[in-house]
Amino acid sequence: MKTYQLDVLRYNPETDREPHFQRYSVPCREEWVVLDALNHVKESIDPTLSYRWSCHMAVCGSCGMMINGEPKLACKSFLREYEGVIRIEPLRHFPIERDLVTVIDDFVAKLARVKPYLIPKEATSPEAGEFRQTPAQLKRYKQFTLCINCMLCYAACPEYGLIPQYLGPAAIALGHRWNEDSRDAGRAARQEELAAKEGAWECSFVGACSEVCPEHVDPAAAIQQVKIKSTVDWYAAHLMPWLNK
Amino acid sequence: MSRKPYLRPITSEWIFRHQRYLRYMVREFSCLFIGGWTLMMVWGLKQLAQGPEAWAAFLQFLATPASIVFHLLTLAFSIYHSVTWFNLTPKALPVQRGEEFVPDAVISGAHFALWGVISLAVLALAGAF
Repeated sequence: MKTYQLDVLRYNPETDREPHFQRYSVPCREEWVVLDALNHVKESIDPTLSYRWSCHMAVCGSCGMMINGEPKLACKSFLREYEGVIRIEPLRHFPIERDLVTVIDDFVAKLARVKPYLIPKEATSPEAGEFRQTPAQLKRYKQFTLCINCMLCYAACPEYGLIPQYLGPAAIALGHRWNEDSRDAGRAARQEELAAKEGAWECSFVGACSEVCPEHVDPAAAIQQVKIKSTVDWYAAHLMPWLNK
Repeated sequence: MSRKPYLRPITSEWIFRHQRYLRYMVREFSCLFIGGWTLMMVWGLKQLAQGPEAWAAFLQFLATPASIVFHLLTLAFSIYHSVTWFNLTPKALPVQRGEEFVPDAVISGAHFALWGVISLAVLALAGAF
């Protein structure tokens, strides 16, 4: 057992005017992650501490928080990789509901706007059989399916922090994921959001989203690909109008 | 229980929070030097159009220490911008052959090679060889 010092940002909307840090000394096991330490605080030291978590295995995407200023999943951040006091804050750029719990309504609404689901060319019934796809067609978009909606990319993106209307990395990557799917025909329906000024064009390619992604998705790549395809669309529409029916 | 979400203000502190943000700002900052250099070239063209004396004055200005320092800084910033930009090209232009994607180094390497060829062609046109 080793004792770690955690500085946790606390905010109680009923009593606090603004958030403040609270220090906890937590006896931890060598193999613990930050989430284990928070669970120990909640169970044995201070039951009022609020934070989100569910799976403890980097699948559910609930326990995203700032750990020493970096957006991280608390379940994937081993204590032994940190020295000194560990500073734990809620994800940046999102309003704080309470302690480490953020208000995520903005992301959820944006995700819905990009229509992240299969829009087939024409309606079919299950009896008509499955949609078939080759391994190469799958590989084209597969990395983007690995997104767990943890929002670390939003906390890393300065554009989103400065311009909250920006659609943001994960939503654009998930819209692009369906555009790249050979079974899908919904690209035109998604363009209104993806190719808008506050869609892909708000991105100035900081690239932080891809660096912090715990699932190694590359949202920055998706956004640049959306820009290139939208540019080709524009030139096709303006220079070769005969291509459009 | 009432809700009272607290949004922390954004300050310019984010630039120094991690090296990646600083690297990004340096890349953005490079445009000031490249833009300034371009304006200087436009001014040079204007001097050229005005006659031999104006042109000679322009050349004299280019040879001043301040101008040489500015040119070296502009060269450093434009190389930094070009290298970091070409290193990002595999993200924007992935090429899939069969099941596999063409390795990143091939795509950025092709850009670097083209950059080299065009630079040599410009130098040749300018009579450097």
